[in-house]
Amino acid sequence: MSAFIRVVEASKRFGPRGGPGAVALDRVSLELGSGEVAVVIGPSGSGKSTLLRAINRLEELDSGRIWVGDDEVTARRADLRRIREEAGMVFQAFNLFAHLTVLENVSLAPRLVRGLGRAEAREAAEALLKRVGLADKLGSYPRQLSGGQQQRAAIARALAMSPKALLFDEPTSALDPEMIKEVLDVMAGLAAEGMTMLVVSHEMGFARAVADRVVFMDGGRIVEEGSPEQVFDGPREERTREFLAHVL
Amino acid sequence: MSDSGERGAAGRARRGEGAGAVPWWLVALLLLGLWALAAFLASPGYRVILRAVASGLGVTLRVSLVAYAASLALGLGLGLLRSSRLRACREAATFYIELVRGLPMLVILYYIAFVGAPALAAALNALLKPLIASGAIGAVEARSFDFATRAVLALTLGYAAFIAEIFRAGIESVDRGQIEAARALGLSEGQLMRRVVLPQALRNVLPALANEFVAIVKDSSLVSALGVQDITQLGKVYSASTFRFFETYNVVAFFYLCLTVSLSLLVRALERRLKRGLAR
Repeated sequence: MSAFIRVVEASKRFGPRGGPGAVALDRVSLELGSGEVAVVIGPSGSGKSTLLRAINRLEELDSGRIWVGDDEVTARRADLRRIREEAGMVFQAFNLFAHLTVLENVSLAPRLVRGLGRAEAREAAEALLKRVGLADKLGSYPRQLSGGQQQRAAIARALAMSPKALLFDEPTSALDPEMIKEVLDVMAGLAAEGMTMLVVSHEMGFARAVADRVVFMDGGRIVEEGSPEQVFDGPREERTREFLAHVL
Repeated sequence: MSDSGERGAAGRARRGEGAGAVPWWLVALLLLGLWALAAFLASPGYRVILRAVASGLGVTLRVSLVAYAASLALGLGLGLLRSSRLRACREAATFYIELVRGLPMLVILYYIAFVGAPALAAALNALLKPLIASGAIGAVEARSFDFATRAVLALTLGYAAFIAEIFRAGIESVDRGQIEAARALGLSEGQLMRRVVLPQALRNVLPALANEFVAIVKDSSLVSALGVQDITQLGKVYSASTFRFFETYNVVAFFYLCLTVSLSLLVRALERRLKRGLAR
C-alpha cells in the first residue's frame, strides 16, 4: 500500500438531513502517494474544498471512507489528533491566531499537542519562520503582516507539526496578485523537498510546474485526472475543455 | 477597517469629539462634583451626614466586588455551557439565564434571602445528617447566613445570567476560521477554547464586562432592602431619623456618582486602548 492518502467513494450532501440539499461530493475516490503533489481544479461549488476538508475531518462524510497513512479518518473513534498531526492544513483566509504573535502562532500547537518545551518549540518555530522568509517578523501580530506574509506564516505553522502531508485550501485566492508568487515559491520549495501535497488552487501555472497530477472536479465528481500535460494540453472530457477554455 | 476608522475619526473631529476636543459633559460633571464636595465640607451639617454615610462605603464596595467576582466565575461557566455543542447543556443554561433575566433584581434578592437561604440550610442539614447526628458538627441554621451574604448570593445569581450572555456573545464573535485552524493543528476542544477562543472572546467583551461592574455597584443599593448597612441603607436610616432628606440623598448620590463615573471613565479608556491595539 503505497498511497498515503486514500479516499474511497466519498459522498456528502449539504443542507437539511434527509432532504435533497446540494451535492458536495458524489462517490469521489482518490489516491495520493507519498511525496506526490496533486492540484485539484474545478469551478466553485465543485466539491474541491469539501474533499480537502474531509481528509482531516473538518467536514464529516455522509458515506465513503478515507485513510491518512494507516489511520482511518472516517472511523467512528478515529484518532483525530494523530491524523491532524500527519496531515496539516493551510487555509484560504490564513486563519492565523489573531491574539498571538507570529512566533507564538507557530509554536502553540507543538507545545500543546506534541508537548514540546517552550525553548525547544521556540527554536523550531524560528527555524521554520526563517525558512519561509519571516525571520524579521517573529514578534509581529498577524494584522501587521501583508496577506502573503500571513500565508507564509500559516504554512510555517502547519509545518511545525512535522506533517507528512499538507492540504492547501485555495492558499492564494485571498491574496493580491503581487503576493501570490512568494507563497507559491514556498509551496514549490516544499514540493521539491518531497512533501506530499494536495492543493486546491486556480493557479494553473503552479499546477503545470509543480504538480505530478492534476485532478479536475465538477458537480462533486472527479471528471478527469492525469499529468498536467495530459489534462491541460489534451483533456479527454468535454467539461474539462470547457472549464480550461474559461480559465486559461 | 482602517478606511471606516478614518471616516469615523473625521466625523468625530468635525463634531468636536476627537481625541483633542474637550468633553464638556465631563467638565460639567467634575465641576458639579467639586462644587458639591466644597459645599459638603463647608457645612457642619453636611459633614455629619458625610461621615454617617461614608461608613457604608466599605459594605457597598465589598458587596459589589465579591458579587462581581463570583458572577464572573459563574457567568463564564454558564456562558460556556450556553455555547456548548451538547444540546442538553445549552438548554439547561438557557433555562437558567431566561428564568433569572425575567425576574426583577429586587425579587431575586427577596427570594434568595427569605426562601433560598432557609432552603439551603435545610438542604445542608439533610446532606450532613450523619455528621450532625454523631455530634461532630451542629445543625446549620438559616440565621447563620447573614443578610449581607444572602444579598451577595442573590446579586451573584442574578448578574451571572447577564454575564453569561456577554461571554456567549464574545465566544460567538470569534471567527470560525480560528477554531478550524486550531482543530486542524490537532488541539483538543478544551485547548482550543482556553488558548484560542477565550483569549479573543475576552478581549472583545472586556468593556461590556467592565460595564457590568458599574451596574453591580448601582444595584448593590438594593441590598438596603434587606437592611444591609450599605450607603443607601445608612442614608435611609439617617434621613428618616433627622428628616434631612435633601442633604442626605445629595450625599448618597454623590458617593455613587464618584464610584460609577470614575469607573465608566476607566471603561472608556480601556475601550480606546483595545481599539488601538486591534488597529495596531
